[in-house]
Amino acid sequence: MRRLTLLFALVTASVWAQAPAKPQASTTQAAHAPDDTCTQCHSAMEGAIQQPALLIKDDVHTTAGLSCANCHGGDATAVEPDVSMSKAKGFIGKPKRADIPALCGKCHSDPGYMRRYRPQQRVDQLELYKTSIHGKKLASGDMNAATCVDCHSVHNIRAVKDANSPTHPLNIPATCGKCHSDAAKMKQYGIPTNQVDEYHTSVHWNAISKKGDLSAPNCVSCHGNHGAKPPDVESVSAVCGSCHVLFAQLYEKSVHQPIFGGGNGKGGCTVCHSNHAIHQPSTAMLTGDKAVCTPCHEAGTPGGNAAAEFAKGLNGLDAALKTSEATLKQAEYYGMEVSASQLEWNDGHESLIKARLALHSFDTAKVKKEVDIGLAIAARTKAAAEDALREKDQRRKGLALSALFIAITVAAIALVIRRLERTA
Amino acid sequence: MTTREWLEDRLGLAAIREVAGHKTVPVHSATHWYYFGGITLFLFGVQMMTGILLLFYYRPTVAEGFESVKFIMTRVEFGWLIRSIHSWSANLMIFMAFVHMFSVVFTHAYRPPRELTWASGIALLALLLVFGFSGYLLPWNQIAYFATKVGTDVAASTPLIGPTLGRLLRGGEDVGAATLTRFFALHVMVLPLATVGLVFLHVLLVQKNGMSTPPKLDPKTVRSMPFFPNFFLRELMVWYGALAVLGALAAIFPWELGEKADPFSSAPVGIRPEWYFLAEFYTLKLIPGHVGPIEGELLGLLGFALLGAGWALLPVWGVTKSGQARTRLTTGAGIFLIVYLAVFSVLGYYK
Repeated sequence: MRRLTLLFALVTASVWAQAPAKPQASTTQAAHAPDDTCTQCHSAMEGAIQQPALLIKDDVHTTAGLSCANCHGGDATAVEPDVSMSKAKGFIGKPKRADIPALCGKCHSDPGYMRRYRPQQRVDQLELYKTSIHGKKLASGDMNAATCVDCHSVHNIRAVKDANSPTHPLNIPATCGKCHSDAAKMKQYGIPTNQVDEYHTSVHWNAISKKGDLSAPNCVSCHGNHGAKPPDVESVSAVCGSCHVLFAQLYEKSVHQPIFGGGNGKGGCTVCHSNHAIHQPSTAMLTGDKAVCTPCHEAGTPGGNAAAEFAKGLNGLDAALKTSEATLKQAEYYGMEVSASQLEWNDGHESLIKARLALHSFDTAKVKKEVDIGLAIAARTKAAAEDALREKDQRRKGLALSALFIAITVAAIALVIRRLERTA
Repeated sequence: MTTREWLEDRLGLAAIREVAGHKTVPVHSATHWYYFGGITLFLFGVQMMTGILLLFYYRPTVAEGFESVKFIMTRVEFGWLIRSIHSWSANLMIFMAFVHMFSVVFTHAYRPPRELTWASGIALLALLLVFGFSGYLLPWNQIAYFATKVGTDVAASTPLIGPTLGRLLRGGEDVGAATLTRFFALHVMVLPLATVGLVFLHVLLVQKNGMSTPPKLDPKTVRSMPFFPNFFLRELMVWYGALAVLGALAAIFPWELGEKADPFSSAPVGIRPEWYFLAEFYTLKLIPGHVGPIEGELLGLLGFALLGAGWALLPVWGVTKSGQARTRLTTGAGIFLIVYLAVFSVLGYYK
């Protein structure tokens, strides 16, 4: 066993990097665990050199019918190590870190080749990677920069939709955090390492992890995946606006856009909402201790007054809708038919959402318009619920009256029977 | 000529008064059971009256059925009361019919010469159950839709006639617009006509043979009271009581409407039929898919058919050749049936 290990190590160390021919999956090859001489020998070894042979069984490429030789070159049918791992057979050994993107790109950038396996998969990953901070750093010789295998893992690469994949939406923050939460690694770049911790407190992570909404944004949704880089300050609202379309449209026309957006470099949406620690917005952001308006707009100033007006309108509508909802529920509890009002209440709640949206125009008239519509609906539905409750009381009074009438009639009949039977 | 004399000449009221004047009701420890037939009849009358009022607004179409009931419940003056009373009264009527039937069993009133009275009563109970099944679908809500789907599926699995019966009931392969109009026609025309006719026959037979007295009593020595007015007034008191209960139920627990039927949605969780079909429903659930070479559901239906036929033939096997009731046998069978219906209904509701 030791001799075999030594032989393999010597061969590996002696080979020069030589790109293997483009892999061709054998049609007769097993679609699952490869059964070639690479895995046969390496499975029998110990330690790190055994790992690839064990991991490869779960790799998406193995499932597609590819094998070790498709990336590392060599002859997977030859039993003798000096033949199977010979330069003549194109064996490249362990690829250099700087060569990994090109090695993966050999297939993943070839539309004709990829069409045979995943016709709809993009083939611009390598081009995007070259534009990314990671790609640029790697090209400049920084071997700390992430390459394909740092995010996708190596030898046990899984499809993104696989929950065990490091690129699955649930696992992406941890995958990015492997480097970006490592203070020692990030020190030389002078960037903070609290992004993942902050993200884990956000509404976005809550949506993914608690509500199971895998479409909610993770790191790559805003920063890109293969073309990863921090959004430029002027493009933050565009990044947020790719999901929050209506909010972005209003913000772009608002008085705040020229101040926080554009070339002024003040942070756009993140000024109020932060970047990674995006929490559930509330009217507490408008007034009070946690208000995000007050650093710029003190109370009593026109801006401060507008913020107070926004908060008053939104809080008032929220409270009115809650009261109306509770009254409707009470009427429903008593068996009263209030479904039409409950349906209308939904329109009121929609007005609250629209008012919160209108807030991003920072125009008091626009917010007031939606608040007034919602308040009118809240008042109407509450009145309908109160009517239903009053009718419930009326019904019970009617019941009591009719029961009294019935009791008197029954008593009268009983008297008639008694008199009849006495006479008889 | 007075109006009374004018009517007397044309209707012969004196003869009717004469017959009614001679009609008596036995008075003994089980006399109170006599009231339940009358209560069932009274509730049937309530059903007729409230049903006619509902017909003023109800529309038997898939598009408007649910909305029209909602309109009755929310917009029509006292519509909520009429619809709630109709629903509550339907359930109370079936309950009272069961009580009446078991009172006949335990007082052994099925013995000769009242075999036809028993048979017509069983037929009436069956009609009331079909009334309930057909009326349940009419509001076209989610629960009713899926319960009818299950119910018609069961009917469609009847041996030999099943597929034809299923299509006949549904008016097609599935519950839909044609089912609603068929159930409506059945509920407001076919069943009322059949029921009124049978009620007339049932009451006529009661008049013809008189009220039965329990076997342990000698009819010749049992005390009696005149039907008019003594018993009738007492019955009237009970009817008033039933009316008060109906009013209370309608005012305190208005019959809910639920959500409009959506044939494309999945069946609501815990779908189950009305309470009077729960025991059969649960029994069918308990029977395995296949019992030997026979399909489980088929076996269950055969069992119910045999049980029903056997029960209808109670005056045959429950009576000796000399016309005496086999009291132990029939009382035992009655208790067994009540326990089975009660236990399986409760299990069917909670499981």
